[in-house]
Amino acid sequence: MGTHLQGRAIVEGQAKGLALVSRTPISFLGGVDGERGIITETDHPLYGESVAGRILVFPHGKGSTVGSYVIYRLARAGLAPAAIINVSTEPIVAVGALIADIPLVDQVDISQIETGMPVSLEGADITLG
Amino acid sequence: MQLSDYEAALLAGQEGPAVQRAMQIVTTLGRVYGAPDLIPVASVQVAGVSYRNLGDAGLEFNQDWAAQGARVQVPTTLNPSGMDHKQWREQGFSEDFAAKQVAVVAAYTAMGIMPTCTCIPYEIGNRPRAGQSLAWSESSAVVYANSVLAAHTNREGGPSALAAAICGRTARYGLHLPQNRLATHRITVRCPVRTSHEFAALGYLVGKQVGDGVPCFVGLELPPITLGVDGSASLASDHNDALKLMGAALASSGAVALYHVEGVTLEAQNESMVGPAPHEITVDSLAPTIAELNHAIDQIDLVVIGCPHASLAEIGAVAEELRGKKCRAQVWVTTARAVRDQAAERGWVAEIEAAGGLVVADGCVVVAPMRELCYRTLATNSPKMAAYALPHAGLQARFGDLSACMRAAVTGCWEA
Repeated sequence: MGTHLQGRAIVEGQAKGLALVSRTPISFLGGVDGERGIITETDHPLYGESVAGRILVFPHGKGSTVGSYVIYRLARAGLAPAAIINVSTEPIVAVGALIADIPLVDQVDISQIETGMPVSLEGADITLG
Repeated sequence: MQLSDYEAALLAGQEGPAVQRAMQIVTTLGRVYGAPDLIPVASVQVAGVSYRNLGDAGLEFNQDWAAQGARVQVPTTLNPSGMDHKQWREQGFSEDFAAKQVAVVAAYTAMGIMPTCTCIPYEIGNRPRAGQSLAWSESSAVVYANSVLAAHTNREGGPSALAAAICGRTARYGLHLPQNRLATHRITVRCPVRTSHEFAALGYLVGKQVGDGVPCFVGLELPPITLGVDGSASLASDHNDALKLMGAALASSGAVALYHVEGVTLEAQNESMVGPAPHEITVDSLAPTIAELNHAIDQIDLVVIGCPHASLAEIGAVAEELRGKKCRAQVWVTTARAVRDQAAERGWVAEIEAAGGLVVADGCVVVAPMRELCYRTLATNSPKMAAYALPHAGLQARFGDLSACMRAAVTGCWEA
């Protein structure tokens, strides 16, 4: 069995997928294309990556609160992440995940998660590998 | 979190899915911030109105929510739109944008929100009394409500403010708790700060240094704000405009939601609002800040007054500066429609239009689709506008006082 991490479930749910990890915050308004599911912030380390179906891992959101609606748009387009894991979530991501029905866990030590790792998540419990 | 029986029933869906969703949003944020319970709010200001920012994602979400039966439970006003809803053709915006923008506002009005389309709701009837609990979004209005009006609101986002309006409640955390209203930074001001221009620059400088902290200014010469008979703050229009510009700057270069001015703002008149072990900051000069807000441009295409939206006094000042003149640059004075109507009654709108300018109601340059237009440079009296001009509107900017901006409007050139 792989490593277990425990967080705080903000939006309850279950998900499985491959991790996509950003060590820097993500701005959804202007930083993620809601139609294509691609990270479009040009100087972001994940520039060009698709968030669709991934376990999207990042410290917290940043930028405009309209970003919540971009997360909703991703879900309507079938391009939402399977789940979101944050260090400390904030209203942009929390509201976005809630209205888009994406499981969200925060208060997680994300330094143990690398891009490409298989991650499964149930409520506040995270299993790597 | 402690919920009343009624609140628990709303969360369980007793009043339908629209209110249930609003309760889910409010309680989720309460859980994120460890709030003990919910409190009723007296009013709400909703941001997220420009179609350029909201996009089809937000438009569809709001239309869906309205169709589910979402209706606001408390007086709720709306942030600026991407355009003037009557004069968008004169502004130069496209039919496509205008159609989408009208649909955005229609979805909000379907929920019972007043289509005020302004960032200064406190000037047109949504003026909270001291001590009232609010759920406001729009960073410049939040900082004004907390600091000048002494009401209590967190820096809500558009969706969370809308949720609070639909269930009439917000979670009790952050600036709703007295201990979080104490200053984290003491700002000792040693240089003269007298004009709106200087207050605005001070806000920009300090916002950068305090981030999301609470600054308390010491040494600013302003008369104390008084409480009017209606229980809301009262102050002279020039001081009001200065504090409005300063707050907007604090909230844009930093994430300040509340400031105090010792001996001036309502909460800091009789007792110290400085918390334990504050960070100490001394301000000796504003010149580097003013220089930083000025790009090296000479030719000015567009002059913008009204970020935050212009007060009646500011529109009067523009009219006086432009009386009998012709502008080479385009001039936009952005304001609330109700304020524009008052200015029109006084003949000021006609004077500004005779000089070639526009008094734009409803709209805001920061959130407008400025890239549809052909402007390259801008002059403004607002540090927020100056700082946002390039990233939000693709324009290089000059920052000066209102008179300097009007000289640039007439000549089309900036006098350094």
